[in-house]
Amino acid sequence: MIRKAFGIFCFAGLLSLQSVWGAGKTTLVIGYAELDGDPRYREDRRYAGIEFKPRGRPWPGAKVALRESRIVGRAIGIKFRLEKVSVKSEPELAEAIVRLHEKQNVSFFLVDAPAEALLTVANAAQGKPLLLFNVSESADELRGNQCRPHLMHTIPSYAMLADGLAQYLVTKQWRNLLLLQGKLPRDQAFSQAFRKTAKKFGLKITEEKEFVLSNDPRQRDQNNIALLTTHQSEVVLLVDTDGEFGRYVPYQTVHPRPVVGTEGLIPSAWHWAWERHGAPQLNQRFVKRAKRKMLGPDWAAWAAVKVIVESVLRTKSTDFEKVTGYLKSDRLTLDAYKGTPASFRPWNNQLRQPILLHTHNAVVARAPLRGFLHPTQNLDTLGVTSEGSGCRIED
Amino acid sequence: MNKTVKQLIFAVSLPCINLLLTNTLVSAKGTGLIFVSNEKGNTLSVLDSKTNQLINTIDTCGRPRGMHFNLDKTLFYVACADDNQIAVYDVATQELVERILDIEEPETFDLHPNGKILYVSNEEDAMVSFVDLETGEVVKEVEVGEEPEGVLVMPDGSIVFVTSENANMVHVIDTKTGEVLADILVGTRPRRFALTPNGKELWVSAELAGSVNIIDTALLKVTDELLFRPQGFRKDEVTPVDVLITRDGKTAFVALGRANHVAVVDVASKKVKDYLLVGKRAWGLTMTRDEKLLYVANGLSDDLTIIDVQKEKALTSVSVGFVPYAILIDD
Repeated sequence: MIRKAFGIFCFAGLLSLQSVWGAGKTTLVIGYAELDGDPRYREDRRYAGIEFKPRGRPWPGAKVALRESRIVGRAIGIKFRLEKVSVKSEPELAEAIVRLHEKQNVSFFLVDAPAEALLTVANAAQGKPLLLFNVSESADELRGNQCRPHLMHTIPSYAMLADGLAQYLVTKQWRNLLLLQGKLPRDQAFSQAFRKTAKKFGLKITEEKEFVLSNDPRQRDQNNIALLTTHQSEVVLLVDTDGEFGRYVPYQTVHPRPVVGTEGLIPSAWHWAWERHGAPQLNQRFVKRAKRKMLGPDWAAWAAVKVIVESVLRTKSTDFEKVTGYLKSDRLTLDAYKGTPASFRPWNNQLRQPILLHTHNAVVARAPLRGFLHPTQNLDTLGVTSEGSGCRIED
Repeated sequence: MNKTVKQLIFAVSLPCINLLLTNTLVSAKGTGLIFVSNEKGNTLSVLDSKTNQLINTIDTCGRPRGMHFNLDKTLFYVACADDNQIAVYDVATQELVERILDIEEPETFDLHPNGKILYVSNEEDAMVSFVDLETGEVVKEVEVGEEPEGVLVMPDGSIVFVTSENANMVHVIDTKTGEVLADILVGTRPRRFALTPNGKELWVSAELAGSVNIIDTALLKVTDELLFRPQGFRKDEVTPVDVLITRDGKTAFVALGRANHVAVVDVASKKVKDYLLVGKRAWGLTMTRDEKLLYVANGLSDDLTIIDVQKEKALTSVSVGFVPYAILIDD
């Protein structure tokens, strides 16, 4: 008798599960838009087959996350799909997104484009039920004065990267820095972040030099690494986002000084040598698909798809408002594969996350480092706080 | 559907009886050896349980992790993730007996109560393999979420539970058909299981949620959640992995990973009674047969902490190999 009652109980439990599965398959399409010919991925930044820096478009990162979603989809009766568009100009990028939204009801978009293009897209999407994810642009203005309520950032800002590295230098008590920077706008933006970071953490940039990529003897004070590094600092902080000059700086300085920044010890969202918190498995899945090693923007694209899937899973809904509400809330507990759960900062839509400090083949430390504390959330020792942010999307 | 329901009823109604059977099968006295798999050292550390001294180090295979005895404790199995195999050792001689090859990236596993089938989580392939120990063949593969980890077979052998760290789910699999009966959503990064002796509650650790979810094995639903907060640690530093419940079903131990503590939980009230300080990144838990001592594998301090269970106090720690993962005690 008892057993029979028990059986009925079981049956009821199973039925409810079955009904979830049985519910007609809903498909949630996630858009992926990239700017074809994006100068950041230019193939000509390669000479005679020598790659200065590993580069690659983040699309395979999104694909890996999509594949991970298939079992989640099985459980809640929702199938996830990626729809990719690749266009040549900023206006076309905005048009493509709006078109996909209107024709296929796509509401979530990963966008792989530089800052200006991201803003063009964000302006076109204004007022529509659309949520955009910046997966490859670290520019601080997008988290500051130029922030948008419907533009999320899974890639860390320059400020977060700089803060992560600074925490390491403070820990080592390597406080005096020679800043060696390039002329590119990206170099300037990253350098500016380092200046702010130095102030925040009590480091001193005791000298700044600008380098030029050339062999011209008349410019030797700017192209000769020895002449550029005569200053007595404890560390050479190199900012060369392009990489061709920078790769020769280590071991060529006048004084025996470690090089950090864009060579030597580098702060990134991700590195293939990260071996904890499930990272080896994610790296292996990525390599299988992409036939190359996983980089920061790949991770950011992966993370963007993951937060969408996770929010759909937890709300058991594809309703835009519901999913977005969860996604932006502090209930989001994204397994970032970096040990600490990630969620979005409400004041500027930046995904708070650990930063990996790595050499070419090892992750030396994970920021926030021990001893860097915040009243509520240690991850917020990286990047701008709500008080320091020029962004006012919360108001 | 009907068949499924019948099997499920069968599954939840028999565990007590079977658990008793399994326990009596275990031989009365062992070699007194303790085996520890060292994930990065590619070795097994062998200790004498009387002295807790290291007496042997065995070069085993690439990335040894989960371990399990066979039913009569004459053999033990080691999952070798980087070598895609399960190594089989003789307990008494500590000699390698066999290698079961072509098991993709095994992480942890459990043994069917009949002692004939291993259920292995294949971390990279998002599969659970059913391995026939007599032939060494994979007889079935079931697709699950990415990074399957914890595996637990119900004592009657009808159902196997598997966590997927990536999909945040517990998969409920029929061992006869390989059919997935349910996918249960749990906390972020689910890792390991423990079953209460009455078979009614399945405890599953959620590493990044810093919690243990309790699943009602009849309803296949999460009915409770335990949170841990040892003094001086924030939520994000509490990363539970291994869970162990005593034979009387009264006490549970939860290894809290980066919080460097083991939580002692009163099972009936679901209240944390105590937090015991152990080594760095505590994951693996094992008890002696008399349940007087609890051994804890500390992955980032390369040692074991030995805890007096009654006094709820750490007695000592012993160095083992590079990144210890699992512990077996043959006592």
